[in-house]
Amino acid sequence: MFLEAILLTVITASTPLLMAALGELVVERSGVLNLGVEGMMVMGASCGFVAAILTGSTILGALAGVVAGAALAAIFALMTLGFAANQVASGLALTILGLGLSGLIGADFVGTQRDPAPKLAVAGLTDLPFIGPVLFGEDGFVYASLALLLGVSWFLWRTRTGLMLRAIGDNPVSAHALGHKVLRVRLLAILFGGGCAGLAGAYLSLAYTPFWVRGMTAGRGWIALALVVFSSWVPWRLALGAYLFGAVTILQLHVQGFGLGIPSQLMSSLPYLATILVLVAISRARGRGATPGSLGTPFVPDH
Amino acid sequence: MPIELERRSEPSRAMMLASPAIAVVLTIAAAAALLAAVGVNPLRGLAVYFIEPLGTSWSLQELAVKASPLVMIAVGLAVCFRANTWNIGAEGQYLAGAMLGGWFALAYHATGAWWVLPGMLLLGALGGVLYALLPAVLRVLFGASEILTSLMLVYVAQFALDYLVRGPWRDPHGFNFPQTVTFEPAATMPLLLSGGRLHVGVLLALLAVAVAVVFLGTTLRGFELRVVGMAPRAGRFAGFDDRRDILLAFAVSGALAGLAGIIEVAGPIGQLLPNLSPGYGFAAIIVAFLGRLNPLGILVAGFVLALSYLGGEQAQIALRVPLDLTIVLQGVLLFCVLACDTLILYRVRLLRLRHRTVPGVP
Amino acid sequence: MAEAAPGGRRRVLEARGIVKRFGDLVANDHIDLAVEEGAIHALLGENGAGKSTLVKVLYGALQPDDGEIFWQGAKVEIASPAVARALGIGMVFQHFSLFDALTVAENVALGLPTREPLRAIAARIREISAAFGLPLDPARYVHDLSVGERQRIEIVRCLLQDPKLIIMDEPTSVLTPQEADQLFETLERLAGEGRAILYITHRLEEVRRLCERATVLRQGRVVAGVSARAETAASLARLMVGSDVKAIERQAARAGAPLLELRRLSLPPDRVLGMALADVSLIVRAGEIVAIAGVAGNGQGELFTALSGERASPAEAVLIDGRPAGQLGITDRRRQGAAFVPEERLGHGAVPRLTLSENVLLSRHGSGGLTRLGFLLRQRAQRLSAEICAAFDVRKSGRDPEAASLSGGNLQKFVVGREILARPRLLVVNQPSWGVDVGAAVTIRQALVDLAAQGAAVLVISQDLDEILEIADRIAVISHGRLSEALPALSLSLERIGLLMGGAHPDRVPEAVDAD
Repeated sequence: MFLEAILLTVITASTPLLMAALGELVVERSGVLNLGVEGMMVMGASCGFVAAILTGSTILGALAGVVAGAALAAIFALMTLGFAANQVASGLALTILGLGLSGLIGADFVGTQRDPAPKLAVAGLTDLPFIGPVLFGEDGFVYASLALLLGVSWFLWRTRTGLMLRAIGDNPVSAHALGHKVLRVRLLAILFGGGCAGLAGAYLSLAYTPFWVRGMTAGRGWIALALVVFSSWVPWRLALGAYLFGAVTILQLHVQGFGLGIPSQLMSSLPYLATILVLVAISRARGRGATPGSLGTPFVPDH
Repeated sequence: MPIELERRSEPSRAMMLASPAIAVVLTIAAAAALLAAVGVNPLRGLAVYFIEPLGTSWSLQELAVKASPLVMIAVGLAVCFRANTWNIGAEGQYLAGAMLGGWFALAYHATGAWWVLPGMLLLGALGGVLYALLPAVLRVLFGASEILTSLMLVYVAQFALDYLVRGPWRDPHGFNFPQTVTFEPAATMPLLLSGGRLHVGVLLALLAVAVAVVFLGTTLRGFELRVVGMAPRAGRFAGFDDRRDILLAFAVSGALAGLAGIIEVAGPIGQLLPNLSPGYGFAAIIVAFLGRLNPLGILVAGFVLALSYLGGEQAQIALRVPLDLTIVLQGVLLFCVLACDTLILYRVRLLRLRHRTVPGVP
Repeated sequence: MAEAAPGGRRRVLEARGIVKRFGDLVANDHIDLAVEEGAIHALLGENGAGKSTLVKVLYGALQPDDGEIFWQGAKVEIASPAVARALGIGMVFQHFSLFDALTVAENVALGLPTREPLRAIAARIREISAAFGLPLDPARYVHDLSVGERQRIEIVRCLLQDPKLIIMDEPTSVLTPQEADQLFETLERLAGEGRAILYITHRLEEVRRLCERATVLRQGRVVAGVSARAETAASLARLMVGSDVKAIERQAARAGAPLLELRRLSLPPDRVLGMALADVSLIVRAGEIVAIAGVAGNGQGELFTALSGERASPAEAVLIDGRPAGQLGITDRRRQGAAFVPEERLGHGAVPRLTLSENVLLSRHGSGGLTRLGFLLRQRAQRLSAEICAAFDVRKSGRDPEAASLSGGNLQKFVVGREILARPRLLVVNQPSWGVDVGAAVTIRQALVDLAAQGAAVLVISQDLDEILEIADRIAVISHGRLSEALPALSLSLERIGLLMGGAHPDRVPEAVDAD
């Protein structure tokens, strides 16, 4: 029972990371570095919560979160694709904007409560011991994250469009010379990444906790970025990383509860310290081979 | 794409000067729109935000006091960014400097000695240097992204400060509030004009600007950092060691951020609290870009952002506008700066419709 | 109806009055061009004459500002490469449009307009590569392939679309002489099938061997349309340049003491896809020019960084003026009297966004009296920059412009001049005249010859065999990170060098009877 409960909480802690990171993985595979995941995520949390309160529907709230994330991503796309602006600075601007805007939008709704997103209940299956609640008793967001995992993997490696996206990330100059629409593909990838981050944020305010607090993403967007690096831009490794991370987060919460005398702030720092360790380990092990060739470099086509 | 970029044969000198100004004007327009959106009369809102803080001597001094840490941190960031290393964790280095310098103040509290303040400042800078070298070393040794590692360390620093201020360093006579004892006069920044708000920290910020101008413009080291940032292979061709340069850039940036931290603590704040910064480390990034990574430009840009902070505080009191509006405006400002900077290297054209192809008929 | 040209063959492509501008530069100035079926038509011109621009217009990668294009007699507008391909125009670029991280089959698939499954494409690749003598394995990753093999991907990709006109942009610049011969056979076979080939080059012997007609461009305009076989290499050169090309003046070398010595230098690759150096030995003496020939990608860059000190070697493996230098950095090597010119001028030899005087500091800050107590002496740097520009005829706009604003030839003259005016005793140059107009190339090569005549040791790494044969006293060949013995230039034939470039062992290569 205890193990089952832990597993359930690990899944809930990992799901937002997985969703946001999958979106960013697609973006980076197309050669764009969007550091604004934190901003898009917190916008998703804020707008998703407000929409859910106003309409009374979790699904509409989730949708609002997706749209909010994508809308913010559209600004980033305008800057980096339209104006060939520096991608690092644009991503930071996006984060700042998202944090401030989400605070404004959610200002009147701090302290409001609503019912958390309902969990699935399949007659018979959900009641199975242990695997029942874990596999068949999750809320819609968790299943969406798994669908996203499968969908992204299939898209990138089994479709021609996915091949083209990977090619654009490897060498946009060659892709453009062959007649592929580099900017258009990157735009769609960026919007997709924004939608995923927005959905992840909506998950936080609609399912993970049923309320909105300023800055409630607490750096998860940045951790998602680190997870993309950790995964070497491969989805199944990303899922592995996300669930490991969720486990670390849950672990430190439980240890705090044990009353061992370890300062709570030290435990709270664990996920962030773990991120640093992960980045060091993966950078040492891998060298430069797996990074999409054009990551972070703006592309301006000749006309 | 509706926008077409045509590269200029040479960067436009006119736009280099005009771009930040245009960005500020666009941001003010956005501010008007946002104020209207939250239900405030735009003209009244703009006046409260940008004009009233310039009205009294007191608020002008406050402006300088708020601008100092921004300028100091941003000068360090400019050195880093020009070397193409991205120190996003200046906020953490600011806190690390505040903590190390603050420790010194607490350790020698009530001694009243002349060396307490200089010791604090030195340790503040040192704290920033050590904290900044962490991501730099990880980048040089392992190739780990300094953007993500320096940022993660910000969260760690915030937690560390929270722990110290609630735990071992808490003022026993402070009614259980999370704060240290108030620093004694020997551990406080002396004022420049008695009865005013200007303190020596303002002069230190100006000194930082002057040193940076000389360093970046006239020294071989400054040239080295710029070359390594623009073209790493050319840097190696010149015999410059880019690993050493990364460490140097981060150390300089960390020192200035840490110094800014202890100056704020020893000056306007007077003690250690869990919340020592309204995000100066991040706002300084915007100051650095608005100032086009040029120390003199940063001096002006620092005042612009300090104005947004001051105006935001006034707007919250007078017009019930949330502080988040200031953050939104800062984000908008950075976007406008980046967009306007494009005009320096490119001409922007709106795309004309192309003719459709007529396939050949044999 | 397509016009019939004299001789009765149809014109498959005709361009009239093509104009293309880039800002103030008129890259194509009212150009007329006609290509017949089954013909191999040369497009000649030196670097910067407008060949690449014209061809990009014909292929739809650029839109002309004025002019008309006729395909098989009917007027067309080629709005994009996809349209060009649909018409039946194929292009093999000089700079390949390939993706290192993907396989051959995937690369080809991305260049095709259809969405055939990869397996079908792989089968077709095997078919075509067998039919035309272009061996390729569809499953290999591009990053593992040599330059010649990569070119085959481009050609196969082009042929899969059954083109009636194939445009080839400087194809032999990356091939050994033997690989070039193989390519010519393939081209002749294709022309025999009735396909037209537009062959862009600046290599005159190839034109005379391969092509019937030649159109010569100079500074954006057509200066002649001639029968290639009726002209000589010299007459074609005169048409390309507009005046007689100066020959290099040189005297026989009187070699002195060894100033550079490599002793069995071996180094592992410095990055994931790099080339290892194996057992490289060489001596360069004062007063002589030694050239290292080789096709791109055989370790030239790695050898250069080991020589320059940008990369450390075992101390005794590199000797400058008799002293171990392997562990010395580049600034120390410069203090020993060495100077270096890398292959890439923008980004390696010079920083594009810095001014010329600042770029002088790049290699002269350690030994040129340009700094004092850590401070830059900008005025002295500016004076030195002016000296270099005057001595090497560097054309620029303004007194101290950014490096990126100079043309390729002028920037190369500046970079080479910067090193030569330091009066080095040893100069190592990688690709001295790559992508440089003929006038600048002559200036640079003459400067190298003069430097050697004054007693310096000069080492030239080059892909251009014509250049090597013009200036070198001794020639070695680099292949797969190994260096052959450096033999006197007069004893080597083009064929022998070609075999060595292809990796043949020197002892198994028959010596030429005539050195011609």
